[in-house]
Amino acid sequence: MNPARLQPELTKGLWRENPLLRLVLGMCPALAVTTSARNGLGMGLCTLAVLLASNTIISLIRDFIPPKVRIPSFIIVIASFVTMVDMVTNAFAHDLYKALGIFIPLIVVNCIILGRAEAFASRNGALASFLDGLGMGVGYALALILIGGAREILGNGTLFGYGPLFGGNFEPVIAMILPPGAFLTLGFILAGMNRIDAMRAARKK
Amino acid sequence: MDTLLSYSLLIINALLVTNVVFARFLGICPYLGVSRRIETAVGMGMAVIFVMTMATSVTWPLQRYVLDRLDLAYLQTIVFILIIASLVQFVELVLRKFSPALYRALGIYLPLITTNCAVLGLAILCIRESLSYLQAIAFSFASAVGFTLALVVFAGIRERIEYEDIPACMRGTPIGLITAGVLALAFMGFSGLGR
Repeated sequence: MNPARLQPELTKGLWRENPLLRLVLGMCPALAVTTSARNGLGMGLCTLAVLLASNTIISLIRDFIPPKVRIPSFIIVIASFVTMVDMVTNAFAHDLYKALGIFIPLIVVNCIILGRAEAFASRNGALASFLDGLGMGVGYALALILIGGAREILGNGTLFGYGPLFGGNFEPVIAMILPPGAFLTLGFILAGMNRIDAMRAARKK
Repeated sequence: MDTLLSYSLLIINALLVTNVVFARFLGICPYLGVSRRIETAVGMGMAVIFVMTMATSVTWPLQRYVLDRLDLAYLQTIVFILIIASLVQFVELVLRKFSPALYRALGIYLPLITTNCAVLGLAILCIRESLSYLQAIAFSFASAVGFTLALVVFAGIRERIEYEDIPACMRGTPIGLITAGVLALAFMGFSGLGR
């Protein structure tokens, strides 16, 4: 295993192929649970856990799965790990469990996990798949924290519960913690990323 | 009369007040992907209505009479998603035979109904909200119609946006999300309607 060859697998999920901000996958939880940076972090960690486990296991059993039942097999593996994460969160992080609600079981239909299983884990070795999952999962978590942070700062005046940041007279934009805020925040962040890419491309010329 | 009122409220709530897309955040990926033209949006909406109602009508009794009776509630996620995946396969086969044009128009988005969080999400919600069987079916049907409504409205707006001069960085998904945000703001006006 050449470390230099594996390094891109790890870092591509952080910016270049960030699952949420570039591949635009996994949007439902990104919009629904990011009412605060802390919830975004929690959701990111749960998704990361499932992604790591499912990528590794699917990569290990990839030679034993008949091609026709590929997708259902992946779904069973992913659903099992989601059930485990659901129970663990319920037991050890009950506040987070209540905040995330039905979006923990919905991790199983998060396109990122099935997408990585199909596109990467079913074709590559266990270590590469693990790193791919790690990069994608961390990238997703960072994106969630970004959105959650933006919404929390504008909609609540706090960050990770620490606040009030702007002094007592700050009137937060409540709409930011409500559904419209989620769509608007993600829309502007994606537009911002497009702009950064355009500027980088222009500078290269 | 009382039941009629309570079902009407259930349906109005599911359709408008807690709209699947704008309030519950379910089904965003197909919502942004499919809604570029009204015809495709309507077709996708019909498929989702069918799959969602069928999914709930199968998963609800399964939960009540099999999973709960045998103390297997933890298998909910696995069992539900497998049922939904099979239902979507079935819809795909039926569409390919009876309406090849719609099948081609929906393209990749049809198998993607499996990963549509709305279908699984609503199936689980019906259980969590302790709805009766009939209520669950009404709830899923109305929510799916709400999803179709959101999809069609969005497609209509997007068709118009095509002719506008949008900044380069905003084209495509970003302007779509901002439109959805404004629509969500509009749908917030329905809150309190279901009382």
